[in-house]
Amino acid sequence: MVIFENVSMTYPGGDVPAIDDMSFAIEDGEFVFLVGPSGSGKTSIIKLITGEVMADSGVLNVNGFDLRHIRRRKLPRMRRTIGVIFQDYRLIDDMTIYDNVAFAMHIVGASNREIRQRVPYVLDLVGLSGRERRYPREVSGGEQQRAAVARAIVNSPQLLIADEPTGNLDPARSLELMLLMDRINDNEIGTTVLVVTHEKELVNSFSKRVIAIEDGQVISDGMDGYYSYEIQ
Amino acid sequence: MRSSKIGYLVKEGFKSILTHGFMSFASVTIVVACLVIMGSFTLIAVNVDSMLDNLESQNEVVAYVEETFTEDQARALQTQIEAIPNIRSCQFVSRVQAVEEFAAQQENQALFQDLPDTVFRDRYIIYLEDISLMGQTEEQLEQIIGVAWVRADLKVAEGFVTVRNVISAVSLILVVVLVIVSVFIMSNTVKLATLSRRDEIAIMKMVGASNWFIRFPFVVEGLVLGLLGGALAFLLEWGIYDVMTTRIMAMLGGLITVIPFASMSLVVMVVFMGVGLVVGVFGSSIAIRNYLQV
Repeated sequence: MVIFENVSMTYPGGDVPAIDDMSFAIEDGEFVFLVGPSGSGKTSIIKLITGEVMADSGVLNVNGFDLRHIRRRKLPRMRRTIGVIFQDYRLIDDMTIYDNVAFAMHIVGASNREIRQRVPYVLDLVGLSGRERRYPREVSGGEQQRAAVARAIVNSPQLLIADEPTGNLDPARSLELMLLMDRINDNEIGTTVLVVTHEKELVNSFSKRVIAIEDGQVISDGMDGYYSYEIQ
Repeated sequence: MRSSKIGYLVKEGFKSILTHGFMSFASVTIVVACLVIMGSFTLIAVNVDSMLDNLESQNEVVAYVEETFTEDQARALQTQIEAIPNIRSCQFVSRVQAVEEFAAQQENQALFQDLPDTVFRDRYIIYLEDISLMGQTEEQLEQIIGVAWVRADLKVAEGFVTVRNVISAVSLILVVVLVIVSVFIMSNTVKLATLSRRDEIAIMKMVGASNWFIRFPFVVEGLVLGLLGGALAFLLEWGIYDVMTTRIMAMLGGLITVIPFASMSLVVMVVFMGVGLVVGVFGSSIAIRNYLQV
């Protein structure tokens, strides 16, 4: 669950708030698209949710963690409840696809047995069976993105955040990825999914909640699953 | 903490040495270069110090006994002389021995061959613990009843003390400067090595890794590279020392004596490995500290 209540945040040295008195809530199990033009504050929202930057005021709660007052040493614990997927995949180049995914399990202290069981299962789920021993540079962009999804979901996070996940993929691969995210949201745990995107067609092809932001403020929040907001 | 987790982190540290082969090679090379430079200079200083010790130990003080004393009375003074704190050893030389030694040194001078022993005095050849206290010891010797006068070469002693002080100060300054330069170079090398892995650290943080989890493999890597650098530097230092001392001894013959490396090898090895370990572990810990603030 994500709660933003009158949250404001200005970057150090900045004079205009990146997030300006923003309020919205995402319930457990929801699938939400976050849309808005470049510089509207989408990335800042992700940074706030992942604890990369801290809010100046308001209430910010993610998966039960009060991020306005969280201690720095508690951040890793909070981050383990979130899976993040980036446009540029951010896989570790020196690790195989398998190791990139297994690494996330090592962090949470999973046993070697658990890792041996879980990683092949998740790689199969994202369609990467047979690619385990390849390095990121040896597979396609779509496969790298699926590896990033596998890493993000391997610890069964409560919240999955995807930051422009289809930015480097062609339309067919983009649709495949969104269907995969939809499946993850539909699973028995009901993982909450927050997708930041520019792609109007993609958003409109799913009947999901869409939050549109501009200048650090929410300008529309609709359940009609339609990307009604026009990017300027 | 699970042992499998520690095992994984140690394995990651070792794997990282191989996957970042060039930076590992660069780090070890820098550690070896700095240790060999520092080590060589320190060993030169140690040898110079040992030579000075040797020369100092040969610097003797002679205490002459009153002419009126019989040989037995003169010999009885030994206990009083040895009771003075700075005396390392003293050897009694009777006037008969003294005249014989003198005649032996002047064997080509017929005039000196039949000197009566009354020309010479009984005496003590004295060696000191610390020649910088020679003046004070001389005064103490002169206060003993029966000691007529004392011959102590204070100027030579002062010369030795000055040379030793200058060498000690120069050695200390150079070693300190070299240590500072070495630490600077080594920490920069480690920084360079970790700079290329900034993104990797950021990803680890984003996935929820604790600082400890990220730092541990780096520390293992630094420890292994530091120890490896220390061990290689030790072997290289041994080789250089042996070659250089053999050449110097061949050139200068018996004029100087050098300390064999084998007699110092354990200390040198412990110091080199220790410095390598400390630089490796602290260098890598400090270098990644900035990247952990995400």
